[in-house]
Amino acid sequence: MLCQECKERPATVHFTKIVAGEKSEFHLCEQCAQEKGDFFAKAAQAFNFNHLLSGLLNMESSPGVPTAQPTLRCPSCGMSYSQFTQLGRFGCPSCYDSFSARLDPLLRRIQSSETHTGKVPLRAGEQVKGRKELQRLRQDLQRSIAAEQFEEAAQLRDRIRQLEQTLDGQEGR
Amino acid sequence: MSLSEFLQRATSKWMKDGGPDDDIIVTSRIRIARNLEDMPFPVLQTDSHADEVIRLVKQALESKSVKNVGQFEFARCSDMSALDRYVLVEKHLMSRDLAEQVKHGAIALTEDEVMSIMVNEEDHLRIQCIMPGFRLQEAWNRASEVDDALEEHLPYSFHERYGYLTACPTNVGTGIRASVMMHLPGLVISGHINRLLSAVSQVGLTVRGMYGEGSEAVGNLFQVSNQMTLGESEEEIIGNLSSVVQQLIDHERSARRALMSQNRTDLEDRVCRSFGILAYARKIDSKETLQRLSDVRLGIDLGVIRGVSSSILKELMVMIQPAFLQKYFHEELAPGERDTRRAALIRERLRLDDMEVR
Repeated sequence: MLCQECKERPATVHFTKIVAGEKSEFHLCEQCAQEKGDFFAKAAQAFNFNHLLSGLLNMESSPGVPTAQPTLRCPSCGMSYSQFTQLGRFGCPSCYDSFSARLDPLLRRIQSSETHTGKVPLRAGEQVKGRKELQRLRQDLQRSIAAEQFEEAAQLRDRIRQLEQTLDGQEGR
Repeated sequence: MSLSEFLQRATSKWMKDGGPDDDIIVTSRIRIARNLEDMPFPVLQTDSHADEVIRLVKQALESKSVKNVGQFEFARCSDMSALDRYVLVEKHLMSRDLAEQVKHGAIALTEDEVMSIMVNEEDHLRIQCIMPGFRLQEAWNRASEVDDALEEHLPYSFHERYGYLTACPTNVGTGIRASVMMHLPGLVISGHINRLLSAVSQVGLTVRGMYGEGSEAVGNLFQVSNQMTLGESEEEIIGNLSSVVQQLIDHERSARRALMSQNRTDLEDRVCRSFGILAYARKIDSKETLQRLSDVRLGIDLGVIRGVSSSILKELMVMIQPAFLQKYFHEELAPGERDTRRAALIRERLRLDDMEVR
């Protein structure tokens, strides 16, 4: 098969591109593939997992898909979304929340789903339970105040204070 | 020090001991990635962040709850020689990346080298358990136990929806990578391997060479591991991998049986020639060694070669690597010299056994 660009040299680079469900095939020689631009040049370099990942991440900025705001940045560590796409690594745990809007589609592509169903750390588990309990107690407190049951309200207030202290203590550990 | 003493002292448990299905499964390995809350991942780490992670991990390792599940020895990469770090890489206890991350990296190991914890690699902690034979569930239980004990003392970064947070989103969720190293000469010789491996990659598993990402499959050794870490539980991930590995074991066994019944002479010839080369060669490179070792191990499994310990493949596949070789001979060796010393080491190792070729 001859290269579909120059129609002179044999095609050695075969490539299928799928953008938003539209499939197009390329059969090029090495030289035309190089000239064809970024993706091909990258493919010619030594295969590297991070390139593959950043390739996936950059797919979102292809035509037809709205591009990220260039200023999207994690307030906690200062890493920008575009830095992340180049590195393939986040800067800190808070990046997950900072970039969560763009993360979910990515996770759907590289993972089985975007929700964890496995092991939960014991301590964090306690904290989640504690926070939910606290929420419930605060609602009860509002209700008893509204109903002018002040004795019960005072009891609830004490329990809330106690729970808040335990949770603070756990988080500060 | 004699070779047998050196073998006793310098090798990990996985290299010496046997395990279930160890005619095909070399090792079962579990690695869990964990990070500490409110701290940048190692990629953005300053010296003081790195020191703080190391201090916290060291402190946790000395706690009673961790000591109950494993006695760890701890060392910073900067306190180890480059040679010692690369020996750990060759024993699959440290990653190449960590061996190069001299400034911030550290490692904790149990004496039998079944458990290892890499600190400040891509993630703050990488807890690993490596066992000989097909023992994924056992390796997971052990790794998880150490993980639980560490969690009592370390504030892990955990997200209600995304699970355990990791530097790379390909590890997020469970943070688990379960992998099995398989010796599949029957499938390679019979030519069925490519079809099977491409089927494996379609069910969410990856296949790689002996030294992980980007390494070539030499010596008919393949590592099969899970690709996804988020969405399925650890038990589901291990269950899926185990059932695929079990199928590969069955295919390998039937390929070996078919070779023995249809191409017996060819197979025996191949195995015995390789044995001859290992027993008498004066110069050999590591790629050829691994290929010959694979043949010899197959010969042992099929009863063609007798008296040679079946752990020879595992022992020598690590011992003939550049760092290990230099450790054994106590000197720096140029690549050409290594080939000579490697051949000498192999001959010496074979002489430890009372071998006999049928």
